[in-house]
Amino acid sequence: MPILKSFRLVGHRTVNAVWRLGYASRFFMMTMFYSGPSFRRFHLTIKEMFSSGVMSLIIILVAGMFVGMVLGLQGYETLKRYGSESALGSLVALSLVRELGPVLAALLFASRAGSAMTAEIGLMKATEQIAAMEMMAVNPIARVIAPRFWAGVLSMPLLASLFSAMGVFGGYVVGVVLIGVDEGSFWSQMQDSVDFNHDILNGLIKSLVFGVAVTVIALFEGYDAPPTAEGVSGATTRTVVESSLAILILDFILTAFMFRGD
Amino acid sequence: MTLPKGKVIAIMGGSGCGKTTLFRLIGGALKPDKGYVKVDGQDIHGLSQQGLYDMRRKMGVLFQFGALFTDMSVFDNVAFQMREHTDLPEDIIHDLVMMKLHAVGLRGTHNLMPAELSGGMARRVALARTVALDPMLILYDEPFAGLDPISLTVVGELIRRLNDALGATSVIVTHDVQESLKIVDYIYFISDGVIVAEGTPDEIRASDKLFVHQFVHGEMDGPVPFHYPGSDYKLDLGVNA
Repeated sequence: MPILKSFRLVGHRTVNAVWRLGYASRFFMMTMFYSGPSFRRFHLTIKEMFSSGVMSLIIILVAGMFVGMVLGLQGYETLKRYGSESALGSLVALSLVRELGPVLAALLFASRAGSAMTAEIGLMKATEQIAAMEMMAVNPIARVIAPRFWAGVLSMPLLASLFSAMGVFGGYVVGVVLIGVDEGSFWSQMQDSVDFNHDILNGLIKSLVFGVAVTVIALFEGYDAPPTAEGVSGATTRTVVESSLAILILDFILTAFMFRGD
Repeated sequence: MTLPKGKVIAIMGGSGCGKTTLFRLIGGALKPDKGYVKVDGQDIHGLSQQGLYDMRRKMGVLFQFGALFTDMSVFDNVAFQMREHTDLPEDIIHDLVMMKLHAVGLRGTHNLMPAELSGGMARRVALARTVALDPMLILYDEPFAGLDPISLTVVGELIRRLNDALGATSVIVTHDVQESLKIVDYIYFISDGVIVAEGTPDEIRASDKLFVHQFVHGEMDGPVPFHYPGSDYKLDLGVNA
């Protein structure tokens, strides 16, 4: 009976998805509960910030620079039609701090650091390092997961800020240095239109939320990965796909709350 | 099954017979459907998580391929439990780690990373890490798997010597009959989750039980059949009787 089989398959997948969601929520709660050592022994978190944050710097800075340059080029072409080239600074800065900075930095973070976290945790599980830690009476959530979680959460706003800063610089290079938009209006328009609380702070809140989402997904997928080469590879792929979707969905929700009516 | 203090006991049996399950039951990683496991007089599965962790501090576990932490040096691997569970100053930890590494003959590797070690060396470093806090019970999961003959003898000798030096109890889950017979005090044979034979190495060598004979002499067919149970061979080949 093909219909019955399809129903069974849908049912099985639904139950599986609900079960995994519950397990992921419990995992998140456990991470919060056992976060103490991450702060008491902050060097553990700092070490992870180096591998997830500092090691992502190059890709973040280069990508930020080019995104800003493209914004400068496209923005100038559009604004020229309305004779508003002087507003280029506002366009570049607002686009970056409100949207592109947090979103693109988070997408890059998910593919660079998130996938690395999943692969590392998955391989630690496959090579029994997690089990060894358990048997040594050391809680792996407290020792391995929580420091990585906080490292990701703290790194994300910093990376998004650097992305935006590099983007503004890229926009300046293209708009002011190469095309010749007036430097004074570029910066003064930017200063006038960008509000610290409304734009910069909201952008930072976004990147903090994305940091939580990406890091939890990456760590959970690694911790839940079947201990085989195929299992770890599948988990790494799922991290990138799920994180990307989560970032875009969360971005819509956050934007709706933060910037509606502007 | 009783594991007396100070002895080295081997648990043997074919693949899938329940050796590793038993190992995980002793370590409290699995809960039994029925029955109980007592370690140092305490029912290990009746303990709270903190109680279980306290008990595990008195245990050492050597995993099949060492399970060294790949992001830490040899020194940091051996020092791991000391840093996690004690307030010892770093200079004392340094001396203790060096002594443990010296005991397994690898003091000179303390700066290396696990990826730079051979399989046998990694197993010996893992052994040093296992006895870092002088455990009363040491569990070995297939400690001889994949080792060359020299490393095999070295690891076997170290297991015996460390057990005697610490006054601990060691449980070895293994397939390696010949190496185990050289170093253990008592052996249990398991098949389908039950003990089918037991005895000292001399008793096992002299045993006339078919299962033990097949296992000790590595015979292809016997109580453990060569063929996995399946449907009729002729039916599978499509040959009519």
